[in-house]
Amino acid sequence: MELVLDLVSWVLLSAGGVFVLIGGIGALRMPNLYTRMHAASVTDTMGAALVLTGVMVQAGLSLATIKLAAILLFLLITSPTASYALASAALLAGIKPDAGHAADEGADS
Amino acid sequence: MYYAVTIATLITMALALTRALLGPTVYDRVLAVNMFGTKTVLLFSVIAFLAGRPDFLDLALAYALINFIGVLAVLEFFRSRAARRAEEQREADQRAADGPGAQRRGGEPG
Repeated sequence: MELVLDLVSWVLLSAGGVFVLIGGIGALRMPNLYTRMHAASVTDTMGAALVLTGVMVQAGLSLATIKLAAILLFLLITSPTASYALASAALLAGIKPDAGHAADEGADS
Repeated sequence: MYYAVTIATLITMALALTRALLGPTVYDRVLAVNMFGTKTVLLFSVIAFLAGRPDFLDLALAYALINFIGVLAVLEFFRSRAARRAEEQREADQRAADGPGAQRRGGEPG
Protein backbone atom coordinates (compact mmCIF):
# COMPACT_ATOMS: atom_id res chain seq x y z
CA MET A 1 0.00 0.00 0.00
CA GLU A 2 2.82 2.32 0.91
CA LEU A 3 4.57 1.43 -2.33
CA VAL A 4 1.42 2.10 -4.38
CA LEU A 5 0.96 5.50 -2.78
CA ASP A 6 4.61 6.33 -3.40
CA LEU A 7 4.28 5.25 -7.01
CA VAL A 8 1.11 7.30 -7.58
CA SER A 9 2.67 10.32 -5.94
CA TRP A 10 5.85 9.89 -7.98
CA VAL A 11 3.91 9.71 -11.25
CA LEU A 12 1.81 12.77 -10.37
CA LEU A 13 4.84 14.79 -9.28
CA SER A 14 6.92 13.99 -12.35
CA ALA A 15 3.99 14.68 -14.68
CA GLY A 16 3.47 17.99 -12.90
CA GLY A 17 7.15 18.81 -13.22
CA VAL A 18 7.06 18.06 -16.94
CA PHE A 19 3.99 20.28 -17.42
CA VAL A 20 5.59 23.10 -15.45
CA LEU A 21 8.75 22.85 -17.53
CA ILE A 22 6.83 22.76 -20.83
CA GLY A 23 4.83 25.81 -19.79
CA GLY A 24 7.97 27.67 -18.84
CA ILE A 25 9.65 26.92 -22.16
CA GLY A 26 6.47 27.92 -23.98
CA ALA A 27 6.20 31.21 -22.11
CA LEU A 28 9.73 32.04 -23.16
CA ARG A 29 9.61 30.83 -26.76
CA MET A 30 6.08 31.63 -28.00
CA PRO A 31 5.90 34.49 -30.52
CA ASN A 32 3.36 36.94 -29.04
CA LEU A 33 1.53 37.85 -25.84
CA TYR A 34 -1.61 35.75 -26.23
CA THR A 35 0.25 32.59 -27.20
CA ARG A 36 2.54 33.16 -24.25
CA MET A 37 -0.50 33.42 -21.98
CA HIS A 38 -1.72 30.16 -23.44
CA ALA A 39 1.57 28.49 -22.58
CA ALA A 40 1.73 30.02 -19.11
CA SER A 41 -1.78 28.84 -18.25
CA VAL A 42 -0.61 25.23 -18.64
CA THR A 43 1.61 25.65 -15.59
CA ASP A 44 -1.19 27.32 -13.63
CA THR A 45 -3.73 24.54 -14.15
CA MET A 46 -2.20 21.17 -15.02
CA GLY A 47 1.20 21.83 -13.46
CA ALA A 48 -0.12 23.17 -10.16
CA ALA A 49 -2.91 20.58 -9.92
CA LEU A 50 -0.60 17.62 -10.58
CA VAL A 51 2.21 18.78 -8.30
CA LEU A 52 -0.10 19.67 -5.43
CA THR A 53 -2.09 16.44 -5.81
CA GLY A 54 1.15 14.47 -5.79
CA VAL A 55 2.30 16.18 -2.60
CA MET A 56 -1.18 15.63 -1.11
CA VAL A 57 -0.93 11.88 -1.77
CA GLN A 58 2.41 11.92 -0.02
CA ALA A 59 1.00 13.82 2.96
CA GLY A 60 -1.89 11.45 3.61
CA LEU A 61 -4.80 12.54 5.78
CA SER A 62 -3.46 15.43 7.79
CA LEU A 63 -3.62 19.17 8.24
CA ALA A 64 -1.04 19.56 5.47
CA THR A 65 -3.46 18.01 2.98
CA ILE A 66 -6.15 20.51 3.92
CA LYS A 67 -3.71 23.37 3.47
CA LEU A 68 -2.59 21.98 0.10
CA ALA A 69 -6.23 21.63 -0.98
CA ALA A 70 -6.82 25.24 0.03
CA ILE A 71 -3.79 26.34 -2.01
CA LEU A 72 -4.98 24.32 -5.00
CA LEU A 73 -8.53 25.67 -4.78
CA PHE A 74 -7.20 29.19 -4.46
CA LEU A 75 -4.87 28.82 -7.44
CA LEU A 76 -7.67 27.34 -9.54
CA ILE A 77 -9.85 30.37 -8.77
CA THR A 78 -7.25 33.12 -9.03
CA SER A 79 -5.18 32.16 -12.05
CA PRO A 80 -8.09 32.32 -14.56
CA THR A 81 -9.08 35.64 -13.00
CA ALA A 82 -5.56 37.01 -13.40
CA SER A 83 -5.38 35.68 -16.97
CA TYR A 84 -8.70 37.30 -17.80
CA ALA A 85 -7.64 40.62 -16.30
CA LEU A 86 -4.33 40.46 -18.18
CA ALA A 87 -5.96 39.68 -21.54
CA SER A 88 -8.60 42.34 -20.99
CA ALA A 89 -6.00 44.98 -20.11
CA ALA A 90 -3.80 44.03 -23.07
CA LEU A 91 -6.76 44.12 -25.46
CA LEU A 92 -7.84 47.50 -24.13
CA ALA A 93 -4.30 48.78 -24.61
CA GLY A 94 -4.55 47.88 -28.29
CA ILE A 95 -2.53 44.65 -28.53
CA LYS A 96 -4.44 42.67 -31.16
CA PRO A 97 -4.63 38.88 -31.16
CA ASP A 98 -3.81 38.85 -34.87
CA ALA A 99 -3.23 35.41 -36.34
CA GLY A 100 -1.79 36.87 -39.52
CA HIS A 101 1.02 38.69 -37.76
CA ALA A 102 1.83 36.31 -34.95
CA ALA A 103 5.23 37.65 -33.97
CA ASP A 104 5.92 40.77 -31.94
CA GLU A 105 6.73 43.54 -34.36
CA GLY A 106 10.36 44.54 -34.12
CA ALA A 107 11.01 42.34 -31.12
CA ASP A 108 11.79 38.84 -32.27
CA SER A 109 12.38 36.53 -29.35
CA MET B 1 11.30 12.79 -6.65
CA TYR B 2 10.93 16.06 -4.76
CA TYR B 3 14.30 17.09 -6.16
CA ALA B 4 13.13 16.59 -9.76
CA VAL B 5 10.06 18.77 -9.24
CA THR B 6 12.09 21.38 -7.36
CA ILE B 7 14.62 21.59 -10.17
CA ALA B 8 11.88 21.74 -12.85
CA THR B 9 10.17 24.54 -10.94
CA LEU B 10 13.42 26.44 -10.49
CA ILE B 11 14.21 26.17 -14.22
CA THR B 12 10.72 27.42 -15.05
CA MET B 13 11.18 30.32 -12.64
CA ALA B 14 14.43 31.21 -14.40
CA LEU B 15 12.66 31.05 -17.79
CA ALA B 16 9.82 33.25 -16.50
CA LEU B 17 12.36 35.73 -15.14
CA THR B 18 14.07 35.81 -18.54
CA ARG B 19 10.74 36.55 -20.18
CA ALA B 20 10.07 39.26 -17.60
CA LEU B 21 13.42 40.88 -18.38
CA LEU B 22 13.10 40.80 -22.17
CA GLY B 23 9.32 40.89 -22.66
CA PRO B 24 8.59 43.57 -25.26
CA THR B 25 5.39 44.92 -23.70
CA VAL B 26 4.57 45.57 -20.06
CA TYR B 27 1.88 42.86 -20.22
CA ASP B 28 4.49 40.24 -21.03
CA ARG B 29 6.31 41.29 -17.91
CA VAL B 30 3.15 41.12 -15.79
CA LEU B 31 2.41 37.66 -17.22
CA ALA B 32 5.92 36.47 -16.41
CA VAL B 33 5.83 37.89 -12.89
CA ASN B 34 2.43 36.27 -12.27
CA MET B 35 3.86 32.97 -13.49
CA PHE B 36 6.90 33.42 -11.27
CA GLY B 37 4.62 33.93 -8.27
CA THR B 38 2.58 30.81 -9.02
CA LYS B 39 5.77 28.81 -9.37
CA THR B 40 6.95 30.18 -6.04
CA VAL B 41 3.81 28.79 -4.41
CA LEU B 42 4.48 25.38 -5.99
CA LEU B 43 8.12 25.53 -4.94
CA PHE B 44 7.15 26.29 -1.34
CA SER B 45 4.68 23.40 -1.28
CA VAL B 46 7.29 20.95 -2.56
CA ILE B 47 10.08 22.28 -0.35
CA ALA B 48 7.82 21.94 2.70
CA PHE B 49 7.92 18.18 2.14
CA LEU B 50 11.47 18.06 0.84
CA ALA B 51 12.77 19.69 4.02
CA GLY B 52 10.11 18.13 6.27
CA ARG B 53 8.79 21.51 7.41
CA PRO B 54 4.99 21.64 6.95
CA ASP B 55 4.84 25.25 8.18
CA PHE B 56 6.08 26.30 4.75
CA LEU B 57 2.56 25.60 3.50
CA ASP B 58 1.30 28.66 5.38
CA LEU B 59 3.90 30.72 3.56
CA ALA B 60 2.73 29.27 0.26
CA LEU B 61 -0.89 30.15 1.02
CA ALA B 62 0.02 33.71 2.03
CA TYR B 63 2.19 34.08 -1.05
CA ALA B 64 -0.64 32.95 -3.32
CA LEU B 65 -2.92 35.61 -1.83
CA ILE B 66 -0.34 38.38 -2.08
CA ASN B 67 0.61 37.43 -5.64
CA PHE B 68 -3.00 37.49 -6.82
CA ILE B 69 -3.80 40.82 -5.23
CA GLY B 70 -0.56 42.33 -6.51
CA VAL B 71 -1.11 41.24 -10.10
CA LEU B 72 -4.69 42.53 -10.08
CA ALA B 73 -3.59 45.87 -8.66
CA VAL B 74 -0.83 46.31 -11.26
CA LEU B 75 -3.21 45.32 -14.07
CA GLU B 76 -5.87 47.74 -12.89
CA PHE B 77 -3.25 50.49 -12.91
CA PHE B 78 -2.17 49.73 -16.48
CA ARG B 79 -5.76 49.24 -17.61
CA SER B 80 -6.85 52.64 -16.37
CA ARG B 81 -3.75 54.21 -17.94
CA ALA B 82 -4.61 52.62 -21.29
CA ALA B 83 -8.21 53.83 -21.00
CA ARG B 84 -7.02 57.37 -20.19
CA ARG B 85 -4.66 57.39 -23.17
CA ALA B 86 -7.43 56.19 -25.49
CA GLU B 87 -9.66 58.98 -24.17
CA GLU B 88 -6.96 61.61 -24.78
CA GLN B 89 -6.38 60.24 -28.27
CA ARG B 90 -10.07 60.47 -29.06
CA GLU B 91 -10.26 64.06 -27.81
CA ALA B 92 -7.23 64.96 -29.93
CA ASP B 93 -8.86 63.40 -32.99
CA GLN B 94 -12.03 65.31 -32.24
CA ARG B 95 -10.11 68.58 -32.03
CA ALA B 96 -8.30 67.81 -35.30
CA ALA B 97 -11.63 67.05 -36.98
CA ASP B 98 -13.05 70.39 -35.84
CA GLY B 99 -10.77 72.08 -38.36
CA PRO B 100 -7.86 74.51 -38.28
CA GLY B 101 -10.01 77.27 -36.73
CA ALA B 102 -10.29 75.30 -33.49
CA GLN B 103 -7.56 75.45 -30.89
CA ARG B 104 -4.46 73.63 -32.16
CA ARG B 105 -2.63 72.62 -29.04
CA GLY B 106 -2.60 69.07 -27.79
CA GLY B 107 -2.81 67.47 -31.24
CA GLU B 108 -0.12 64.93 -30.47
CA PRO B 109 -0.54 63.04 -27.18
CA GLY B 110 2.35 62.34 -24.94
